[in-house]
Amino acid sequence: MAHSHAAGETAAAEHNFPEKAGEYVRIGVILVVLTALEVGAYEVAHRAHGTALGAAWFVPTILVLSALKFALVALYYMHLKWDGRFLKGIFTFSLFVAAIVILALMVLMAYHYSFAGTLPKVG
Amino acid sequence: MAHAEAHAHPATSTGIDNRKLAIWTFIGSECLFFASLISTYLVYRGKSLVGPFPKDIFEIPLVTFGTALLLFSSLFVVLALNAAEQGNRGKTILWLGLTITCGLFFIGMQVYEFSHFFHKGLTMQGNLFGASFYTLTGFHGTHVTIGVVWLLTVFIELLRGKLPPAKALNLELAALYWHFVDVVWIVIFPVVYLMN
Repeated sequence: MAHSHAAGETAAAEHNFPEKAGEYVRIGVILVVLTALEVGAYEVAHRAHGTALGAAWFVPTILVLSALKFALVALYYMHLKWDGRFLKGIFTFSLFVAAIVILALMVLMAYHYSFAGTLPKVG
Repeated sequence: MAHAEAHAHPATSTGIDNRKLAIWTFIGSECLFFASLISTYLVYRGKSLVGPFPKDIFEIPLVTFGTALLLFSSLFVVLALNAAEQGNRGKTILWLGLTITCGLFFIGMQVYEFSHFFHKGLTMQGNLFGASFYTLTGFHGTHVTIGVVWLLTVFIELLRGKLPPAKALNLELAALYWHFVDVVWIVIFPVVYLMN
């Protein structure tokens, strides 16, 4: 009973998408603006390199803008906002493991470079 | 009526169409695949001993144009799906055609970029940057090409009148894959091109 209720809830959540193309277009405009901000930040950081303004703010800014774009496409265009928890779970779990893979490899290789010398000279 | 047909799906233990569950599981596995490639690029970033280096060859305006193409293609394919679910064949043909066109232009941009870089001396064997760059962006380009072929098959199905609202899921599956290709590029663009 509980199982069929959960299945019904998932089915009801599935395909409850917005019917108006206008919402998709608004998200598209936001994505274009965020991309323009990314490139603008790149230009500012590029020109400020070596000056008092510096470029320490650049990487966090770019990562936040990129994460916003990623979330907008996943939530609205891939319909995760309206999909059931099961599909959301599959994707977020995969992203979580992917983030762990990236962080683990970077920490491991940073340790390698710090304490075990550099890579062999291959190019 | 057409909309109700588009929303009908067979009863499954999860309440989700098995094909949709399969594509999401596949997308989950692809997240790990690209995470490995992106982390490899990041680990080797700045470790090349000989050139050419990223700052010597990247053309940000060209890649920004390619990024815009992929973003617009994501918008177009979601509009195509919306039209398909409403049974509007004309709009579905228009938006899906534009999606495929954007995808083809993106592939063209990448082919131009790769040949340009090759002539500037960036090869797979030349340095760590070349090996990790071509592997990451090459695999992404391959995914874009597969996405274009998939969308083309749906487009042909549409032109032959074999994509009624009840079969809109065929387009939705291709669209989900296409959006995933787009979100991967959303990560590659800043990580590879802007943070060099």
